[in-house]
Amino acid sequence: MAAVIIIVIKGLILAVLLLTAFGVLTLTERKVLGRFQFRPGPNRVGPGGSFQFLADGLKLMLKEEIIPNGADRFVFLLAPTISLVAALFAFAVIPWGPPIHLFGQTIPMEIGGPNVGILFLFAITSLGVYGLILGGWSSQNKYSLLGGLRSSAQIISYELAMGLSVVGVLIAAGSADLNNIVSAQTNLWFIVPQIIGFLIYVVCMVAETNRAPFDLPEAENELVAGYHTEYTGMKFAMFFMAEYINMVTVSSLATTLFLGGWHGPWLPPEIWFIIKVAAFMFFFIWLRATLPRLRYDRLMAFGWKVLLPVALANALATAVWVSVVAR
Amino acid sequence: MVSTVVFWLAAAVAIVGAGGVLLAKHPVHSALSLVLNLAALGVLFLLLHAEFLAVVEILVYAGAVMVLFLFVVTLLMAGTKTPRDEGRFRLAYQYLLAGLFGLILFVLVAHALVGADWMSSLAATNAGGSFGSIAAFGTALFTKYLLPFELTAVVLLVAVIGVIFLGREHGATRK
Repeated sequence: MAAVIIIVIKGLILAVLLLTAFGVLTLTERKVLGRFQFRPGPNRVGPGGSFQFLADGLKLMLKEEIIPNGADRFVFLLAPTISLVAALFAFAVIPWGPPIHLFGQTIPMEIGGPNVGILFLFAITSLGVYGLILGGWSSQNKYSLLGGLRSSAQIISYELAMGLSVVGVLIAAGSADLNNIVSAQTNLWFIVPQIIGFLIYVVCMVAETNRAPFDLPEAENELVAGYHTEYTGMKFAMFFMAEYINMVTVSSLATTLFLGGWHGPWLPPEIWFIIKVAAFMFFFIWLRATLPRLRYDRLMAFGWKVLLPVALANALATAVWVSVVAR
Repeated sequence: MVSTVVFWLAAAVAIVGAGGVLLAKHPVHSALSLVLNLAALGVLFLLLHAEFLAVVEILVYAGAVMVLFLFVVTLLMAGTKTPRDEGRFRLAYQYLLAGLFGLILFVLVAHALVGADWMSSLAATNAGGSFGSIAAFGTALFTKYLLPFELTAVVLLVAVIGVIFLGREHGATRK
């Protein structure tokens, strides 16, 4: 029974942390984007605009919730729920610190650590795409539908390259358990031997979260706002939260797989983890401020004809290395 | 104790999902019910300590196959009107056929269940250790079940070649 209570408490703490991170991230993104574009960014609410995210949240909560007349009401409400639940659920297996000892019990920092940890994470994130495709269909709006279809095609395509890009790490660590992968990097982070896998992963993680320059599903000059065109108020906010939490999750996975997880000198491990994830988040914003959007056919061709073969070759090369040379 | 509760919940959800596939009026709702059913089956696999199978069930079926199903269904039936509303696809002889095949399936499953050796299966799943792990699964796939595994790979390869053949632009030269 105690085990169940511990899991519930950890789940609550993690959900609160992730939602707080979402608030802080939206503010950071607006401020940093502002600096990139030689403007101050939000600076009216609170000191230096630092309460802007509270104002944004309040606005979204108080807005009128509109459901289009022809919409499939049940699916329309289900779609943002799936997105947010999948985003929150996926983080459950990420070890963001070494186990702590409290009240005579050893408590791991992740909520669950199955020995198929990384596959579990991919399985849950692959469910997130339902939110987009269903949101697009149930709105009964052609822009929404096209946005939803685009996003599902994009996410399925890049999921393959993403999955293959981490195979090298799994072979090198000899385990799919995220804790074992972290401890395998005590001496050398996998970014050094697996640099090709890392680069493919980074490209895929931007595509998977539908962020610029791969934000095709919401290309406003062709699709208005894509799958969430008809969404307002909190339902829109749920899609918004899911996007940012997904960014945190893929960044955390990149940290765990390639940057040694919570390993680092001097500072506490949890702080190291947050620093590494924050660096990825800055990278996301940097990309958005720098690169123009890709054309849709180029995006698909790049995923299938470049990333996928290179990721396969990398996995093969790692397998040969581990089984022939390193033995 | 906890696992018993989880089992009954997952079993109930699986049956509700399976029922939804048949009873839903719109194909999108049917597809969603199937996703629910697959997710519940994943939980049941987890209870049997088959972690890898559980994850693959969700990753491949719920996460990829059903997304493609929905992809096609949402594109072909973009409206919320059901086929029945539009007076198409009235079922005539399908009820009879479905009943016949359902009966055959029921007899087969019942036969398998009556002859099953429950205790040894239970012992296998409760053995713990490496049962259901990626390593055990991979070893079985590449030793005991190598032939079916390779045959499946050939079938998939044929499908891939077929898709490329059908999907190419007719009469267009390669750019």
